[in-house]
Amino acid sequence: MDLTRRTLLKTQAAAAAAAAANVTLPAGAQNILTGEDLHLQWSKAPCRFCGTGCGVMVGVKDGKVVATHGDMQAEVNRGLNCVKGYFLSKIMYGNDRLTQPLMRMKNGQFAKDGDFQPVSWDQAFDEMARQFKRVLKEKGPEAVGMFGSGQWTIWEGYAASKLMRAGFRTNNLDPNARHCMASAAVTFIRTFGMDEPMGCYDDFENADAFVLWGSNMAEMHPILWTRVTDRRLSHPHVRIATLSTYEHRTTDLSDMALIFKPNSDLAIMNYIANYIIQIGAVNREFVEKHCNFRLANTDIGYGLRPENVLEQRAQHANDAQVSSPSSFEDYAKLMSQYTVEKASELSGIPKERLETLARLYADPKVKVMSLWTMGFNQHVRGVWANHMVYNLHLLTGKIAEPGNSPFSLTGQPSACGTAREVGTFSHRLPADMVVNNPEHRKHAEEIWKLPHGVLPEKIGYHAVQQDRMLKDGKLNAYWIMCNNNLQTAPNTNNETYPGYRNPANFVVVSDAYPTVTAMAADLILPAAMWVEKEGAYGNAERRTHFWHQLVNAPGDARSDLWQLMEFSKRFTTDEVWPAAILDANQGHKGKTLFEVLFGNGEVNKFPLTGIDPAYENREATAFGFYVQKGLFEEYASFGRGHGHDLAPFDTYHEVRGLRWPVVNGQETRWRYREGYDPYVEKGAGLQFYGNPDKKANIMGAPYEPPAESPDAEYDLWLVTGRVLEHWHSGSMTLRVPELYKAFPGAVLFMHPDDAARRHLRRGQEVRVVSRRGEIRSRVETRGRNRVPQGLVFVPFFDASQLINKVTLDATDPISKQTDFKKCAVKVFAASVADAGDVQ
Amino acid sequence: MRRSIFAALISLGPCLAAGVIFAQDAPRLRGPEPFTKETPAPPMSRPVTDDVRVMRNYPDQPPVIPHAIDGYAMDLNANKCMSCHARKFTEQSQAPMISVTHYQDRAGNTLGGLSPRRYVCVSCHVSQTNAKPLVENVFTDMDAMTEPERQPERGRR
Repeated sequence: MDLTRRTLLKTQAAAAAAAAANVTLPAGAQNILTGEDLHLQWSKAPCRFCGTGCGVMVGVKDGKVVATHGDMQAEVNRGLNCVKGYFLSKIMYGNDRLTQPLMRMKNGQFAKDGDFQPVSWDQAFDEMARQFKRVLKEKGPEAVGMFGSGQWTIWEGYAASKLMRAGFRTNNLDPNARHCMASAAVTFIRTFGMDEPMGCYDDFENADAFVLWGSNMAEMHPILWTRVTDRRLSHPHVRIATLSTYEHRTTDLSDMALIFKPNSDLAIMNYIANYIIQIGAVNREFVEKHCNFRLANTDIGYGLRPENVLEQRAQHANDAQVSSPSSFEDYAKLMSQYTVEKASELSGIPKERLETLARLYADPKVKVMSLWTMGFNQHVRGVWANHMVYNLHLLTGKIAEPGNSPFSLTGQPSACGTAREVGTFSHRLPADMVVNNPEHRKHAEEIWKLPHGVLPEKIGYHAVQQDRMLKDGKLNAYWIMCNNNLQTAPNTNNETYPGYRNPANFVVVSDAYPTVTAMAADLILPAAMWVEKEGAYGNAERRTHFWHQLVNAPGDARSDLWQLMEFSKRFTTDEVWPAAILDANQGHKGKTLFEVLFGNGEVNKFPLTGIDPAYENREATAFGFYVQKGLFEEYASFGRGHGHDLAPFDTYHEVRGLRWPVVNGQETRWRYREGYDPYVEKGAGLQFYGNPDKKANIMGAPYEPPAESPDAEYDLWLVTGRVLEHWHSGSMTLRVPELYKAFPGAVLFMHPDDAARRHLRRGQEVRVVSRRGEIRSRVETRGRNRVPQGLVFVPFFDASQLINKVTLDATDPISKQTDFKKCAVKVFAASVADAGDVQ
Repeated sequence: MRRSIFAALISLGPCLAAGVIFAQDAPRLRGPEPFTKETPAPPMSRPVTDDVRVMRNYPDQPPVIPHAIDGYAMDLNANKCMSCHARKFTEQSQAPMISVTHYQDRAGNTLGGLSPRRYVCVSCHVSQTNAKPLVENVFTDMDAMTEPERQPERGRR
């Protein structure tokens, strides 16, 4: 019953009277509770959302999360959260949580065309194992695959990697992070020989200029934006330049908003390089000592299906990743084509403004932090774009020191920690190793105590390729975990959905909520989320941070870790490994995958007594040992002593995260720089030690056009993306009433003149149509995003407006990351009859 | 109780529609049925402008904004929110003063004015529309646990 106004007043009157009489009433009679009456248990955790990695304090009472607030002790955010972070308390409590496995059934049996019915975990895993075994027997390991997540905890990704690569002997494992930052990850390796940024968030307090390339930080990384705005507003000399294809909340607070034509960022960066060379601002000493020059293969296609004419026509579609050694002179000659006139013509930005931007990089006194996210990474030349910004920092020597920092931002909480460091990409192993290097496989087999030859060498299917192979019937047993790919993959009507419903395939989705993807599956497994399990994430600045299980998951929901490990019990080595390997390794014969992968004497070596008694740990209880610690310590042995050092497991439960490499208990803020990074040899000053010659690569590449551009019929650019209030596909945030009510549905942001030209009014229903598919939306000509003429923006969180039916599955040919920012659409009124219902 | 209804129902689709989701908005959560169908876009929601304060879910939740903020400038030159919520304007505006936490810098030092790190109000404070929630949220108010008799039924244990 609600406390009515009348009873409230009565209670307050009684309290007032008692106070006047100097009497203390019992607590129940008072109208307020003091903190002591509430007795919340407060624990630390990282935020569940983006790659910033804010610290959160989580208040628990009687098994429920009842409050959260920004962690004052967390260095990342010092007490602040964004609106999503402040509402973390409510993300687990949408009333449609999945609480038991659901399988498509007919007449009591699994049927691809059946309806979902509740089943037990045993029934679910029995059918799933039967299907995986059938496919393995009929087609072999290459027909089995998994699509994982940058939201997996570190040990979930690690367990998945072991199960898929060593257990099922396939590298068809890829994370949704492929859609998110593969271009950044690939270019780190190509440039520095090691993944992840050299700098860290401390650069925010040290830079004189911030240059944002394709990043709307104000909405997508709001807490990092507080550090940028803090710096800008506290230090008047600081400048912010934002490059984007439309204006938004970030450009509102920028000194310079440079709105360029899609894809012309390549020309702008090459112009800046040319400017630096022409005015003699190259830091010669730095370049000679620390850099090599290379030229990239050009005309590399667009990662479309090989039969597509654009791939047929491209000269280097099949060796896009190749580059050749070059010289400063050749690089300078290539850059010399990019005059200010040419850059201005391609980009649409006036020459003077381009020169002002170029001076920020060229001026040796200005410390520059370059920041980028999806505008750069989701780009058919995303790898080149990443190279080009490193080129600017390397030419000027503005790198790996406080404030001078090319910095790739990440969108998922453990894109770095799980997708990259653990190596859940189809080509990777832990600690930057790769599956197609025999030495790396051998090393992994040794750490995992596995027979030689178990790990497969063939690079697996990447995200977009998985969808294509599902559709083509070549990938048949498929497990999707911790992502909503049917909403977020490109060109879903033609390339994703058909594969999920292909009768030859068995598709499993593990999730906490019934998402679009779950609804298209054959089997849905209910997942525990966030603080319902013990976890670890790695954020964008190399910070690894842990949390305890704070509450139990509802019903029969179980963590992805439990699911992966429990499922592995249903397979024996005889069923999945070649006889030759088992004959040579009799000790591994007849064992379950659980025994060889997780009962190997390493993963299971820490007893339950090591668990903090203040917290429950369902996975550890289920398996009888401290699972998370065993997995983490085995995983950490890959990187210790090799520049990826992680601290001991227990340390992370005490601190607010540490930035690796953690050597002798000390975290590393700036890598490659003597005095900060213990891996740099004494007296060397700076060493890009990821590469054998300890030098970084300056990679020359040209401007090339996008895969699809507007024409007479499809006359608008379509850009997709996010909004502050919703995180990715919205499966968590749409279930928080305050966030939902703040931004309840997707809209089509359009320039008022473009709307007028089409006789459209604000609020009118429209059809957004590409060559691949269409959605219906509502026109928004005002609001937070101000697009130029000829370009529209639609966010992708709204499952009733699946904008990825419209997008194109063109990828960067090197990173295989989709370009969600550039395709051609037309927009027209949904129907004349609907025109009147604008509010 | 809702969970047992959920468990008893046979197939997921009807179960969600009948049990916990408001059917007309289900596509926003789960997509169209079938997937390949196009869903009409419902009319845009109206901003809530009643200026009635909304209770916070817990002390540290940033209050939601009970009025429209369309066209509010928040750039290097102006911050429209502060023209009512800054300390010196609250008497004439009768708007709540920004929290005292907003006068602290990153290091915890108290400042005379709005902390630059708190400049972008809308990172944390959002206005609301009249959209009806898509699905009930069964988050429990901490006070309901201490004094269940004072709280809405949902909070009872």
